[in-house]
Amino acid sequence: MSKPRYTIAVTGLNAIDSPGPGMAVIRGLRDAESFDVRIIGLSYENLEPGIYMHDLVDKTYQVPYPSEGQEVLLNRLEYIHRQEQLDFLYPNFDAELFNFIKLEGVLAQKGIRMVLPTVDQFEARHKINLYKYGKEHGILVPRAEMVFSPADIARVIGSFEFPVVVKGKYYDTGIAYNLQQAQQHFHKISAKWGLPILIQAFVHGTEVNVCAIGDGKGTTLGAVPMRKLYITDKGKAWAGITLDDENLLEITQRVIGATHWRGPLELEFMKTTEDAYYLLEINPRFPAWCYLTVGAGQNQIESLVNLAMGKEVQPFDSYEVGKLFIRYSEDMIVNISEFEQISTTGEL
Amino acid sequence: MAMRIKKNIALSESGFIFHPSTGDSYSVNPIGLEILNLMKAGQSSEEIKAHMLEHYRVDGDSFEKDFYDFQVMLRTYKLVEDHE
Repeated sequence: MSKPRYTIAVTGLNAIDSPGPGMAVIRGLRDAESFDVRIIGLSYENLEPGIYMHDLVDKTYQVPYPSEGQEVLLNRLEYIHRQEQLDFLYPNFDAELFNFIKLEGVLAQKGIRMVLPTVDQFEARHKINLYKYGKEHGILVPRAEMVFSPADIARVIGSFEFPVVVKGKYYDTGIAYNLQQAQQHFHKISAKWGLPILIQAFVHGTEVNVCAIGDGKGTTLGAVPMRKLYITDKGKAWAGITLDDENLLEITQRVIGATHWRGPLELEFMKTTEDAYYLLEINPRFPAWCYLTVGAGQNQIESLVNLAMGKEVQPFDSYEVGKLFIRYSEDMIVNISEFEQISTTGEL
Repeated sequence: MAMRIKKNIALSESGFIFHPSTGDSYSVNPIGLEILNLMKAGQSSEEIKAHMLEHYRVDGDSFEKDFYDFQVMLRTYKLVEDHE
């Protein structure tokens, strides 16, 4: 029987030192056994490496920044859809997700499917709400408070012990060992990602993460726990290994079961020496290391496309423990004509 | 009380040890591997000591000291568990 061929648009082509998940998602789609794909890259900047990786991305279109709003995005997607007849779209950035969630119904009517959390799910798991979220679902979460102005930092920090973690709304984290360092992190992160900034209690331990998918009805369709083995100065995993950890899987199932999470998510935990698991973040998308799930035997990326296409998707019940990913970087040689084309026409 | 290697710990013939719950890996030399295999086979500390004294030129006190250090290391890395 011949396989269907889907045209799938993917964002997050920035395979840089703090990489977007797009290229890993695309590799998962290319590895899919149940369908073939034509990949349409959606880029924000002209130097996102994925634009020029023609063995993985068939064609790329620039899309407007999230700050330009849903209408501008919809206009651009309608244009791309007229050219490419998209079947599915994988948004991969936290900052763009809200717009895509809002457009989900409109795009579905046009035949562009997505598997995303609802607005409520998206908001509830937000860093600024996570402490409350943990309390509601019986999950340990380090205490956190929001700071809206520099004048508030000293007051808020007074109720914490040093060190504290200073976090941006979407990205960036710093550890502060005194008030001055906290203020520095506040200014640096808020200049880039806006307010509020989050002050969170620091938990000592080993960071472990889970990449998982939920079907929107409470079932965990797949989950793979991973520990970072090599971490860059930006805190990103450069190498990692799959773990055999029943506790992590149980907490993941509890989160997805309680919230009826729909789509991909990454759970970030700190495991203490007493084997307590503190949930640090829930990222509402695939992580950049999600290709490890494919390597470990769970092509979660393929599963979600099939779910959206109305096919029956069985939950994965196992994965290979001790499977590693090791990231690498490579210099591509690119002709100026390609750079010129994406810069002037917004397509390549 | 005997010390046993945890069931889920993977120990290869090359002396590579993988702890699947933490993702940590370690390597031991051939003597360490021999001791770990004896532990895995369920031998007590006394039986392991007797085996090593019989097969290697080492006095009992020196072996006990090194074996104790080795056991402390195994406990620290949570590779073993005690059982009656």
